[in-house]
Amino acid sequence: MLKVNNIQVVYNNVIMVLKGISLEVADGQVVALLGANAAGKTTTLKTICGILRFQNGELSEGDIEFKGRSIATHDPDAIVRMGICLVPEGRRVFSDLNVVENLWIGAHTRRDRDGAKQDLDMVMEYFPNLRRRYKQQAVLLSGGEQQMLAIGRALMSRPKLLMLDEPSLGLAPMLVKEIFDILRRINSEQKTSILLVEQNALVALKFAQYGYIMEGGKMVLDGPSESLLENDDVKEFYLGVSDDQERKSYAGVKHYKRRKRWLS
Amino acid sequence: MTEGAIYFLQLVISGIAVGSLYALVALGFVLIYKATDIMNFAHGEAMMVGAFVCYALVVAGIPFLWAVLMTTVIAMFFGLATERLILRPMIGEPQFAVVMVTIGLSIFLRSVSGIIFGHDNKIFPSQLSEQTLVLKGLVLSYTHLWAMLISGLMVILFFLFFRFSRVGLAMRGVANDQDTAMLMGISVKRVFALTWGLSFAIAAVAGIFLANVMVLNIAICLVAIKAFPAVILGGLESIPGAIVGGLVIGVLETLVGGYLDQTMPGVKDLTAFVVLFLVLMIRPYGLFGKKEIERV
Repeated sequence: MLKVNNIQVVYNNVIMVLKGISLEVADGQVVALLGANAAGKTTTLKTICGILRFQNGELSEGDIEFKGRSIATHDPDAIVRMGICLVPEGRRVFSDLNVVENLWIGAHTRRDRDGAKQDLDMVMEYFPNLRRRYKQQAVLLSGGEQQMLAIGRALMSRPKLLMLDEPSLGLAPMLVKEIFDILRRINSEQKTSILLVEQNALVALKFAQYGYIMEGGKMVLDGPSESLLENDDVKEFYLGVSDDQERKSYAGVKHYKRRKRWLS
Repeated sequence: MTEGAIYFLQLVISGIAVGSLYALVALGFVLIYKATDIMNFAHGEAMMVGAFVCYALVVAGIPFLWAVLMTTVIAMFFGLATERLILRPMIGEPQFAVVMVTIGLSIFLRSVSGIIFGHDNKIFPSQLSEQTLVLKGLVLSYTHLWAMLISGLMVILFFLFFRFSRVGLAMRGVANDQDTAMLMGISVKRVFALTWGLSFAIAAVAGIFLANVMVLNIAICLVAIKAFPAVILGGLESIPGAIVGGLVIGVLETLVGGYLDQTMPGVKDLTAFVVLFLVLMIRPYGLFGKKEIERV
């Protein structure tokens, strides 16, 4: 469904952020994109949904295909119309608007008002909290509710591919679980493919079927989630567990570097 | 009622009439600032152009109300063209440069209008300006009445537009958070263009009625400078603020004019700026504005 081929992204004509990234999302698949801060995960998502060039970025090489068509030069509204919607990092709900208005803005690209109304009901069914807060200004919602609103807003565009940028950011573990349960339902009931960017590797890999790991603007590792969960390096650096009984000292930077075998 | 009370009420009512026009001017100004973050210093000129176009149409023999409608449409296209030709190429340039461009545009429009329509005073030949309405000793001209009515109507229309229409909602979204609006599939370019179109249309209506209340000449664009204190008073980004600000400035100005102008001639035109000064000292974010002040 989505194919990203060896893309390079440069900011301000100088800083190369993505140095040849490739990834693929199949129909109905859930894919996780993991990595530390500044690995280029968010940039990858921004490139796919086409707003990069409005933020001083430029796709200098490579191509992005969605359903067999190149979308690399499309405007963001055209990309939303084709069925890709991003839930941005930090939720970014429209703070001056109330909950329903936020959801209706999500349906901006749609012409079928009746279908959109049905989807509004569907979103309210997935997130009962939003129904309770129907007319409230979005800025007054709690962090978890704002995240739900942001996801619901994206669903209103009836996306075929839903991209989420760190939906667990700043939320309590209980809420994270709740949100991922709902995402799982959306994935199986609506057949929506999901591309998920996360810092919380354990949650993400348990949710996804396939995972990619990025570092410094490059893909360093990819594979089915189960095999990534078993990978010793992933365990040690992303999941924080290790088979060794002794405590690891991360002060030893050399040691840290030596263990990252995939980079060399 | 005593004579003093009647005089006072009379002043308040004329103040509301003039203030409702200031409010319209301020509304158009806020619309652009809120959606696109641009201070449009050519707003008064957009108003003036609207007034002149309507004047030309009326002189050509078109009935007044039809002329108003036609002018509104023309002004809308004028706004769209301004955005497309002058402001779109400035996207990504420093804000200072964009502001200078609007100032340049204002000078350009003023000069061109001077060449076409001349610099002398004109009386707007409408059917409205002659008659007056007398109610319990209060005198109200039909021009004032119409000004209030039309401004009220436009404010209600805009309220409905922003609250219930898909495009209005998109415009609020863009004003709130541009990047996220883009992510939701809103074409920000189109929203910007539409904002300029609407703003110019409102400006034209305000200009036409101002020209009816006062005389029509190039200097009418200076009224926009008075709308500026109204905008600041309301809080730069607030549409209800612009309306309240406009009304307050209008009433205060008329009151000051009515009571103090004999002893201190010219103090009337100062009122708005005294208010501006006080607001900036005491409550720089205005009545309805956000408390974040941009530091430059």
